[in-house]
Amino acid sequence: MVQKLDMLKETPSQTAGPYVHIGLTPNWCGIDGVYPEDLGRVMVGPQAEGERITVTGRVLDGSGTPLKDALIEIWQADAAGLHNSPVERRGAADPHFSGWGRQPTDGVTGEFRFETIKPGRVPYKDGRLQAPHITFWIVARGINIGLHTRMYFADEEAANAECPVLARVEHKVRVPTLIAPRSEGKDGVAYTFDIRLQGEKETVFFDV
Amino acid sequence: MADKDTNAIRDMGSFYQRDRAWHPPAFTPQYKTSVLRSPQHALLSMEGTVSEMTGPRFGHGQLGPLDNDLIHNFSRDGEPIGQRIIVHGRILDENGRPVPGALLEFWQANAGGRYRHKREAYLAPLDPNFGGCGRTITDDDGRYWFRTIRPGAYPWPNGVNDWRPAHIHFSIFGHAFTQRLITQMYFEGDPMIWQCPIVSTIPDRAAAEQLIAALDRNNTLPMDALAYKFDIVLRGRRSTLFENRMEGN
Ligand SMILES: [Fe+2]
Repeated sequence: MVQKLDMLKETPSQTAGPYVHIGLTPNWCGIDGVYPEDLGRVMVGPQAEGERITVTGRVLDGSGTPLKDALIEIWQADAAGLHNSPVERRGAADPHFSGWGRQPTDGVTGEFRFETIKPGRVPYKDGRLQAPHITFWIVARGINIGLHTRMYFADEEAANAECPVLARVEHKVRVPTLIAPRSEGKDGVAYTFDIRLQGEKETVFFDV
Repeated sequence: MADKDTNAIRDMGSFYQRDRAWHPPAFTPQYKTSVLRSPQHALLSMEGTVSEMTGPRFGHGQLGPLDNDLIHNFSRDGEPIGQRIIVHGRILDENGRPVPGALLEFWQANAGGRYRHKREAYLAPLDPNFGGCGRTITDDDGRYWFRTIRPGAYPWPNGVNDWRPAHIHFSIFGHAFTQRLITQMYFEGDPMIWQCPIVSTIPDRAAAEQLIAALDRNNTLPMDALAYKFDIVLRGRRSTLFENRMEGN
């Protein structure tokens, strides 16, 4: 026998199930009057710094069908590369930008939509800069443990090319699964980020 | 203040790698929906960067007084039908330290096993006085509690006769986005736990047992509500004493 390490085990995950909206976006699914509004619905205040962008996309299963019951959370830095978090050590983030958003995929089309700002660059562990990115976390019926991935920006070619995290993707052919194309229209700047759970273009997911 | 300083230091080390063998794998054919929704490539393993080691924090000021009271937060003309219960516990990290300021959100079926959701097809009736959602934030010792009614078991389309054991869904935010967790709480003594294809996605029985709340007679409210105790463990961090590299800043 040896001494015990006295570590606890992390509570195991279970699927969020088909009714995740009751708990996390109750107003969206018709449960009115319990909370004034759904958390994470609005990320950007009128005075927030940075370029306003819209991020839309779908989560596609192995048959190419969009998930209509998924829930997505995003987390990102502000325009200056700082996080609105008490554990951010590098400075105070923009108080008009929360950095955290939560949206369901649409019950008919399967599309999700975030109104946010384009983030600045944040450092990697060794001090090199990562390319601008948004962290995605996806839960749904049939997903046993939340999936982490990242969205990068197609118009940041130089930064993407030197990003130490993208450099860790062994099969370079898979890097484009993380990069969202940009378009500019009458509604402003939009990025499209489809997440593929399976198949030839399966998105790179992270164990982070 | 000393405590606050300790918290600050504790929040700087990198996270222990997640024990993926303790969690359910993505592909679990007994739970049919997972078949087309499970990534097939290996996950890209990476030590967290500042992007994942930070996370949103929620304040008590964002919550309403009935948010942790599912018996009253949707009440229309009375209280919901069902067994009144208190659920309480602590949020700890893998080092056994409490996680203060953690946001918990929970959702559940009513006493008959019916969810208030437009996709729900079970014939059990809605309860006009039960919405089924609540939330709370842990105190300085990582403690939380809420009041609700015990949810019923319900059938679901998987096998032709699969039923979920009574359960409450939990969503938890720690201090870092990498600690994000969604899970389910089951009730001590329920034989249906071990017949459930979703419980059985967890490979290790000891891990599944970690999701079973204990009947807590000491905290039962006499003539009012039974109590169940459900502790939740989030990922923990290395001590910064052992960090051999500078943080990326
Ligand atoms: Fe459920």
